[in-house]
This record gives sequence, structure tokens and C-alpha cells, in this order.
Amino acid sequence: MTTKRFFIGFLVVSLVLAGIVSFYASADPDGLEKVAEDKGISAKEKDHSLKDSPLGDYGVKGIDDSRLSGGLSGVIGVGAVLLVGGGLFWAVRRRGTSAPAAEREKTAAAGRG
Amino acid sequence: MHVPDGFLDAPVSVAAGAVAVAGIGVALRGARRELDDRTAPLAGLTAAFVFAAQMINFPVASGTSGHLLGGALAAILVGPYTGILCVSVVLLMQALLFADGGLTALGVNISVMALVTVLVGYGTFRLLLRVLPKTRASVAGSSFAAAVISVPASAVAFTLLYAVGGTADVPIAKVATAMVGVHVLIGVGEALITAVTVSSVLAVRPDLVHGAHDLIKPLELRTAEPQAGGPAEPSRA
Repeated sequence: MTTKRFFIGFLVVSLVLAGIVSFYASADPDGLEKVAEDKGISAKEKDHSLKDSPLGDYGVKGIDDSRLSGGLSGVIGVGAVLLVGGGLFWAVRRRGTSAPAAEREKTAAAGRG
Repeated sequence: MHVPDGFLDAPVSVAAGAVAVAGIGVALRGARRELDDRTAPLAGLTAAFVFAAQMINFPVASGTSGHLLGGALAAILVGPYTGILCVSVVLLMQALLFADGGLTALGVNISVMALVTVLVGYGTFRLLLRVLPKTRASVAGSSFAAAVISVPASAVAFTLLYAVGGTADVPIAKVATAMVGVHVLIGVGEALITAVTVSSVLAVRPDLVHGAHDLIKPLELRTAEPQAGGPAEPSRA
């Protein structure tokens, strides 16, 4: 599998998870939320200062269909994380030392092909 | 396990924020060695995958769910320093865009869900691989073990912070028992997702798994020899 094809496949898996599968996720409280409710920790919880933001609580404000709203927010999130994360990693990466990596890839590709 | 605002007092929130900043500083320096033209995009995609997988809450007990934390997974795929940054970026975006995880608790969340999971998860992974045979099955098994232990470790870290700076007067021993109990179950889900994901990447592109670079070399030699008919000399100009 070429690196490009692998990257595209990896991205598609993430988009499908966030955009489609997320609709079927459990709506029950997660481990911390459940323990916090049971033991009285939640009594001191404060509202999130950005709770009314356009993507608050994994939905797109103004879209009533929950499947579409949640899925779209997931796709936007994947894009945002990829952009910010990818940008950060691209900025801090080693430069001018791509030759060994390229060689490794070539050898690996030759072995497979 | 995203901690909302109000659970922890200001001193502990600030201290955890300082720990998070220091941890990210170390990670930024270390990630330079892990990232090149090929692994930088992979790391961005790994962060995006962790974000997507975190949306999938799976049921663990009656009325309780859990989701991937992703620290062990990211560290094994792209390296521990970059793994810390992957989960931190996810937590930052969740807090800023999705109102998930309090803004004043961001330092707590990065410390508990990025630093602790990567340190414990990747540490376990390296220790196991040191004693196990250098095979793909070992990498998959070590990934499972690393992930399964990283989640209760994270729960313990939260409980310790809560013991110091919790805002409600609750029986901390009971909180600890409940937190570890439910997060052992969530850890099994984390381990399944981590082992399946690492195994899948190993199956198609083992050279892209940072944690498996020990077992890549013999594979390369074996495949390169018959093809080149001599010493594998890269002929690229």
C-alpha cells in the first residue's frame, strides 16, 4: 500500500467514525460522569463557559436533525484536529533529513511489490 | 473522562496547568526527533483518528459508558512525545469547539488524559517488548496491555488530584474504588480498539508503526537481498 493511499484510508476511517458511527454511540454518562453523579462530585460542576458555542456538545447549532447535526460536527472536528495537529507536526518536524525516511520507504515498497 | 469546570479548586487547576505546559514543552522538543516529512502527516491523521474514536462511547456497565483516551495508541503509532501532542491537540479542540472538558480544567485533562496515559501506556509497551520475542503478535499483545493499564492509571491520577483539590466533600476512598473499577472495564475497550488499530496498521504498513521499528529491520533485509542480488545499494540519484 502506498503511503498516500494509506493516509487517505486512515482519514476516511476517522471521517466515517466521527460522521456516521458516532450517531450510534452510547448516550449513557461516561465513567467519570457516572462516578461524579453517584458520589456527589457533580454538585459542584459549573457550566462550560462555551456551552452555547456553534459546535457545543457535538452538534451544529441550527441543524435540528440529530444525525446530521452530530455527524457534521464530528466531520468538522476531524478536519479541525487534522489542520491544527497536522500544522503543528509539520512545523516542528525535522527538515532536510527526509532522505533516510524516503530510502526506507523505497526499500519497503520494493519488498512488497 | 473529560473533567468539567468546578470539580477541582484553583490551586490544583493551576498546578495541573503548569504540569501540562511543562509536559507539552518537553514533548515539543522530543517530537522533533520523531517527526519527518512522512511521520508528520501520519501524526496529524492519528490525532484526527483519536478525536473521531473518542466520539464513540461504548457501554461498559448498566447506565455507564466509556470511550477511547488514545494516549497509548498514539504513542505506539507515532512515538511518545508526538503522542502527548496528539491527545493534547484533541483535548484543546474539544474544550474550545465542543464545550467538552472545562477550560479551567484543561491542564487537569491534559495531565490526566495525555501525559499519564502516554507515560504509563508507552512505558508498559516498551517494557513488555523488551522481554517478548520481536514479533507482530508481541507488538499487538503489548499494545493491548499498555492500553488496558493506561485507563485505570488515568483514573487514579484524577482521584489523586481530587483528593488534594476536590471541591466537594466526598469519601475519597469510595471515589477511588468506583473510579478504578469502572475504568478497568473501559480499559478493556481501550485495549481492544488499540490492539486492533495497531495490528491493522502493522498488517499493511509495519514501517509506519513507531513502536514496531525494532522488528522492521530484519524484514527489510530479507526482502531486499534476493531483489538486489547483492548489497542493497540505493540507486536513487
